[in-house]
Amino acid sequence: MSLLQQIKSLIVKDLTLEWRSKYAINGVLLYVVSTVFVCYQAFKSVDTVIWNALFWIILLFASINAISRSFVQESPARQLYYYSIASPKSIILSKIIYNILLMVFLSAIAYLVYSLIFKNPVGDPLLYLLAVLLGSISFATVFTMVSGISSKTGNNSTIMAILSFPVIIPLLIVLIKLSHQALEGADRASSYGEIGVLLAINMITITISLLLFPYLWRD
Amino acid sequence: MRKIWWKILAASFVCISIVAGFIGPVPELPILNETIRNVYFHVPMWFAMITLYTISMVYSVKYLSSGKVEFDTIAVEAVNTGIVFCFLGLLTGMQWANITWGDPWPNDPKLNGSAIATLMYLAYLVLRNALEEEQKRAKISAVYNIFAFPIMVVLLYILPKLTDSLHPGSGGNSTFGDLDMDNYMRPVFYTAVAGWILTGVWICTLRYRIRLIENKRTQLS
Repeated sequence: MSLLQQIKSLIVKDLTLEWRSKYAINGVLLYVVSTVFVCYQAFKSVDTVIWNALFWIILLFASINAISRSFVQESPARQLYYYSIASPKSIILSKIIYNILLMVFLSAIAYLVYSLIFKNPVGDPLLYLLAVLLGSISFATVFTMVSGISSKTGNNSTIMAILSFPVIIPLLIVLIKLSHQALEGADRASSYGEIGVLLAINMITITISLLLFPYLWRD
Repeated sequence: MRKIWWKILAASFVCISIVAGFIGPVPELPILNETIRNVYFHVPMWFAMITLYTISMVYSVKYLSSGKVEFDTIAVEAVNTGIVFCFLGLLTGMQWANITWGDPWPNDPKLNGSAIATLMYLAYLVLRNALEEEQKRAKISAVYNIFAFPIMVVLLYILPKLTDSLHPGSGGNSTFGDLDMDNYMRPVFYTAVAGWILTGVWICTLRYRIRLIENKRTQLS
């Protein structure tokens, strides 16, 4: 099979598995909604800076929870089977694409619930949605590779957090800045720099993941 | 690497930069005053750190392509030495900031960036401890090391340029060299940078050779 076909069938496989159990998506959705509600109970009302920061923190933890299982949910024997029939490049690419889909869906729901419970003060909703979209793509690309690394270490959740937080912070800084500009409804031309940086970091992460994953899975 | 001339060069460069740094004339500038001498010590630490991290990344790549254990040892010892230089850079910077900016830890992108980069490399060491099997440890930590390096570069050298920063050379500030260093300071500064980088590499090779001896001894017994 060619690379594209492999990727396509692996994504379809992941989606079907998810659709049959609906475990990950329901679990994470419930996680997001209850976190938003806990925050609402704690804060009641917030100003725009905290509104923005809180949203990204909720999304960060939800995405770590969603993605950290991407390499451990299936048994090692089945992983071995995939590795014997597909190339490592198509495995990592299919995981990244699947996680991007999952994260886009998840963050859209999170944004809806969040702006429903807290009042929505966004000045430029289109730009804010773009920031959320870029954010979920960045989370997916970075965390997929880190979860691949941490799945090899056994004791998963601590290592996942330790490894991924320093790597995601630079992205998070840019994302918070971009979404803050959207929140204030600032001139869109002033945000092009941040969008460029985010796209560039994502390109770099995907390239490095593609180069490094073949070394990672070969045990 | 066992040639001796560059070690003598390193020691003499560091000595020259210390003597010339404390005795030599400096321009009298407002706020900075005599603290401008710290540029001979604070900045070279970061240059040494980034050099060592680059060495570590290069040897991780070499390890992945060849599978030799020595390369992995060099990579981890370079990170160990680089972290020491990072802490020294933070300490000298905090002293300097306390006097010129009035606060040892002002909210500055470069400060926060270097703190996060330190976390990244500490995480690398934790990851190594979490893995028992040697081959697996070397391979997985090499993957993380290469993965983290470009993000560290973005964090330390690209993000501060985009935002407002107290540091020179960021956020539209002119670089230190253009503005404040006169023609006497520049050669001393470059000597200090070269001296500290060589010293860092020297410490790294020493640690590497000690590790080789240790490995040999544990193998025999």
